[in-house]
Amino acid sequence: MHQFIEYSIIGIASGGIYVLAALGFIIIYKASNVFNFAMGEMMMLGAYFFYLVDKQLGLGWIIGLAGALGLSALLALAIERGLLRPLLGRPPVVLVMVTLGVGSILRGFAGLIWGPDVVQLAEILPRKPLFIGDLLIPGKLAWSFLWVGLLAGAFMVYYRFSKAGLAIRAASSDQATAEGLGINIRGVFSLTWVMGGMLATAAGIVAGSVNGITPQLGLVALNVLAVVMFAGMTSVGGSLIAGLFIGWMETIVGAYLGAAWQNFLPYVVVLLMMIVKPTGLFGEHRIERI
Amino acid sequence: MTKKSEPYSFVALVRKRPNSSVQAALWVALTLVVLVFPAFSSVYVVYMACLIGINIIATVGLNLTVGYGGLLSIGHSAFLGVGAYVSGLMWVHLGTPLPVNIIGGAVAAFLVGIAFGVPSLRIKGVYLAIGTLAAQYSLYFIFQQWASVTGGDRGLSLPKLDVFGMGETGFYYVVALLTALLLIAAKNLFRTRIGRAFIAVRERDYAAEVLGIDVVQTKLLAFGLGAAYAGVAGALGGAFLRIVTPDQFTLIVSVFFLAAVVVGGRASILGSILGAVFMTLMPEILQFVLRVVSGGANLAVVIVPLREIIFGGLIVGFLLFEPRGLVGLIERAFGNAETFDSKPEA
Repeated sequence: MHQFIEYSIIGIASGGIYVLAALGFIIIYKASNVFNFAMGEMMMLGAYFFYLVDKQLGLGWIIGLAGALGLSALLALAIERGLLRPLLGRPPVVLVMVTLGVGSILRGFAGLIWGPDVVQLAEILPRKPLFIGDLLIPGKLAWSFLWVGLLAGAFMVYYRFSKAGLAIRAASSDQATAEGLGINIRGVFSLTWVMGGMLATAAGIVAGSVNGITPQLGLVALNVLAVVMFAGMTSVGGSLIAGLFIGWMETIVGAYLGAAWQNFLPYVVVLLMMIVKPTGLFGEHRIERI
Repeated sequence: MTKKSEPYSFVALVRKRPNSSVQAALWVALTLVVLVFPAFSSVYVVYMACLIGINIIATVGLNLTVGYGGLLSIGHSAFLGVGAYVSGLMWVHLGTPLPVNIIGGAVAAFLVGIAFGVPSLRIKGVYLAIGTLAAQYSLYFIFQQWASVTGGDRGLSLPKLDVFGMGETGFYYVVALLTALLLIAAKNLFRTRIGRAFIAVRERDYAAEVLGIDVVQTKLLAFGLGAAYAGVAGALGGAFLRIVTPDQFTLIVSVFFLAAVVVGGRASILGSILGAVFMTLMPEILQFVLRVVSGGANLAVVIVPLREIIFGGLIVGFLLFEPRGLVGLIERAFGNAETFDSKPEA
């Protein structure tokens, strides 16, 4: 039982990364209806950007963080403006295929530049474990969870109360009306991609500073899809609960059944959700069954 | 986009519809080349020809789903895997002949495809993409972990196959024959009600439903048929390479087939042939170019990421600049510039 609680805490803490990545995913989907399969790769590349500015250019971790966020924002903007904007109005299948292609390209570039081996990020999180009673929590995880919580909280406040957040919500509920009311829809698309890119980067850096990064991190991060399905594709608040839950479940399953099950399990969740409740736990009833 | 009304000039007429006797002559010539060329070429060329044939079958299958059905599948290689394992296991344990194994592989892939399609195709949108991604990972998991049946990571070794007592060349003829049959079947499918229903559902599902088409059934069939083609390709591939391992059926292989469909041209049988040929030869050409450029440096590190960049770049590039793929380029060269799916969704 003691062990179970320890695993649970570790799992919930590692679920924090999913929350950030899922937020990035949902915000893009909500505004522009683009199902972004390149999310994992944006996450992976963001972590590499951090490594580039911090270690390879030797500018320290504060500039590293700023640089990584800036670079990934630029990258996301470039993807949106350069590749997706010209395809606006095409069938959704085409847009999804493009994000899949973009993911493959980004993964390839990361492999070409940084090689296939694991890269360790700077230790920006304290290593010292925390004790609650006699429960041991790895220090990095606890601190990363704190950071993730702060970031996710800040994002949600921004989303809820800022004008830009309102514009995103308006665009997501009815594009034509929003445009008629003077909301710059294309601006909203760009904004959500920039935000999605930055959230992915934050998630990538946190994930990387716990386990190190490889170009394959992006594929692992596809597990975020399970979170998104579980939360409902459009629910910002739901991603919080879903992210922590999937993180918890993954760690428990990994601990008791083995690592191979860990990669497989999120997809079982995905399939089950599609059968039982395709709107997810908190999604809008936008989904149509036929 | 509306069709341009062209004046009835003789040149336009010839350009639009190449002379049917010329076309027939071309087909006869192609058949002859396919039939006799193993006699004049090296083992390597016959090997590549087999690989191309197998990839053509898989690509046509994916094109039925993605191009004609308008459904995105990103787990195509998993269904090749189902075909390969089922036919391989039938061969090893039951000792059934190759045709039976291939049919078994196709049926198994069809059924597994349907099992993943049923939950995801009932929901509108790109849910099939997620469902097939789930298929990709869960089937890989089964291939790898169910070691007592599949042989785990070491894979399933298959006995040597000798067709017509001709060895490799005999297998080549099997592949060529099957490829031709399946291509003709796919081409003819779109002259029937079923195939046209695929297109109707892709274009406007409501309108299709009003016309009396069962939308879910049609989508399931478009997806299941694609998976069945993949099953045939997988069964052939397993018999050809004589080993089936989980690592032959990863996500990057699925992206490879998707790239083949997009590069060749969606909703075009000829496109699938061109795309599969192009994509099969591309890594070989890449390897050759790299060997010349680098002079034998550490290639393995470079080639995997380069392949990913090229696959992704081809998908994105063709979707942006020539959505009809190589077929579109060819038709444009012949003066027919009608674009596919350029009209906005309502």
